[in-house]
Amino acid sequence: MLRNRIAQAMGGMGKRLKGVEVTAGHVTRSYGDFKALDDVSVRIEKGEFFSLLGPSGCGKTTLLRIIAGFDSPDSGTVLFDGKDVLPFPPEKRQSNTVFQTYALFPHLTVYENIAFPLRLKHVDKQEIDRKVREYVHLVQLDEHIDKKPNMLSGGQKQRVAIARALINEPSVLLLDEPLSALDAKLRQNLLIELDELHDKVGITFIYVTHDQSEALSVSDRIAVMNHGKVLQIGTPYEIYEAPATEFVAKFIGETNLYPCTVTSCERYNDEYMMTIDVPSLGRAIYVTDEEPMEIGRGLNFTVRPEKITITIEPPSKQKAGINTFHGIVEEPVYSGFQSKFYVQLDDVGTVVKVFKQHTNFMDDGPEIEWKDLVYVSWSADDGYLVKVIDE
Amino acid sequence: MNGRNPENGRKQVMFHDHRTFSFSNIVMVLVVVFLFLPLFVVVLYSFNSSKGMTWDHASLVWYEKLIFDSPSLWMAFKNSLIIALTSSATATVLGTLAAIGIKWYRFPGKSYITTVSYLPMVLPEVIIGISMLIFFSAVKIQLGMFTIFVAHTTFNLPFVFLLVSARLDEFDYSTIEAARDLGANERQTLLRVIIPSIMPGVLSGFLMSITMSLEDFVITFFVSGPGSGTLPLYVYSMIRYGVSPVINALSFVMILGTMLIAWVFRRFLKTIAANS
Repeated sequence: MLRNRIAQAMGGMGKRLKGVEVTAGHVTRSYGDFKALDDVSVRIEKGEFFSLLGPSGCGKTTLLRIIAGFDSPDSGTVLFDGKDVLPFPPEKRQSNTVFQTYALFPHLTVYENIAFPLRLKHVDKQEIDRKVREYVHLVQLDEHIDKKPNMLSGGQKQRVAIARALINEPSVLLLDEPLSALDAKLRQNLLIELDELHDKVGITFIYVTHDQSEALSVSDRIAVMNHGKVLQIGTPYEIYEAPATEFVAKFIGETNLYPCTVTSCERYNDEYMMTIDVPSLGRAIYVTDEEPMEIGRGLNFTVRPEKITITIEPPSKQKAGINTFHGIVEEPVYSGFQSKFYVQLDDVGTVVKVFKQHTNFMDDGPEIEWKDLVYVSWSADDGYLVKVIDE
Repeated sequence: MNGRNPENGRKQVMFHDHRTFSFSNIVMVLVVVFLFLPLFVVVLYSFNSSKGMTWDHASLVWYEKLIFDSPSLWMAFKNSLIIALTSSATATVLGTLAAIGIKWYRFPGKSYITTVSYLPMVLPEVIIGISMLIFFSAVKIQLGMFTIFVAHTTFNLPFVFLLVSARLDEFDYSTIEAARDLGANERQTLLRVIIPSIMPGVLSGFLMSITMSLEDFVITFFVSGPGSGTLPLYVYSMIRYGVSPVINALSFVMILGTMLIAWVFRRFLKTIAANS
């Protein structure tokens, strides 16, 4: 239904809007001694849904504000389709912003809020009316058109903000944690709407968030930031499966991460099979990687909890490269579709996080409970070596 | 009813019945009597035909005297109105700009200016009155309407400043950025976004100023000159030559006037509050 509405509204608009390529080059911005952005470079493709992801204070919002024109960098460049936009104030750039706090005009109705940019441009009254109703319909607020913002729920306010930002037909939509003030369920729904909206309007979306699941689910590409630096830029899959640094591995999803040293490295089919010594696990384990690593190199080994199998019976040791450990379940956490187990390994005492997905009753196996003795195992292919160790 | 307001569907506050003969009820009755009995007496005696405190018979003689035979009283009333309107308007403009400046701009001495601007509110009126008087005579400004206007603007300013600042604290700064982002220049942002949003604060500051200015006696007493007396000063001078029942009549007229104004503004402010 939503798809139809968007199609209708956008059909009325007659055209898909045009996105621009946004490039930030070597952008640095300090506030006193605090380096909010430290030599940040990103290139965001035309029409891309690009997320800036990181914890609070990582510089993601500063970067967005510099792109929008609310802040200017100490050094560096910001280009829209290759043209320098730094000399221009926000109102002269082809970008519009959706703010975290909605930033609606409290004294104006939904209609007048959305009409605001057109009124400033002295657009013809009938044209304003036509466009406003189109965009109000687009964000499904038809029955709330004459309400003041204080009569609306958080989700409705954010829709008004989105419609108001889009009515100027910008080439870039900048979204500054637009969903962070909403509850989880609503956030999911609005996120899907946002994604569909992006597909329809076709302009570049730059989305700032601290929520990794939001970023993973809608982005074409993500830049993970921390302490004013971009640590990794990649597709959600790359960021999750092949984190470039220790921070990225820990920040995106949950993981088990241990320091390790490479002890042997052999070619194995088109990959490299390595044994690595992991002191936290008490012995050497197998891991594969696409590139060979030099013997003796210190790295981080990571394996995602959902890739570990937990069983009461010992796993069959037919396949090569299965790492198996024995331990005791210290804390089972049931959360409906899955259970989380914190398994303390024998001898070393290291706790390994294991997520078990629940399927149907027959395949689910015997229930594992607190203090059960279990085997945890994972394939060498499911481990990953993180090349950059954070200071 | 189901405990909900039928108009907006919101949950209504339910009041408990409280009919018992309790301590709090006694206190309430005493307070009401203490506060309103004097007013009632004044109103009653304004309809008394004789001049003394003994009741003769009901008459409108003092009202007649008030309306048709008190030219200097009306002169003073006119002065009061002129000063109230001009000083409140000036204080509202200055106080609003000051609140915006202090809230959103960074400049040296900002915190000192904030503190100093509250001074006229906390200092005893006598001190303000005397210091103003000394100041005016030092710079050789003739006491009169102008000096009263300056004095009233001074003590009204902190109230406007305070009320507008409170409103600005609720104001989300990104609203301004949003306005700029959507194409408004600085002047359009001020006129179309900032001022309408803080209007309730500005208006209540203005109304507060008018009230304060109309009723002020102490400061006005120090800075007024010949022929520039305001209504409170005039009433005071009348009382010095014995209490005239004309004052009783005037009091009732003022009570009615104030109630009317309060009622109108209450409705007015409620509408604004509901719309913001």
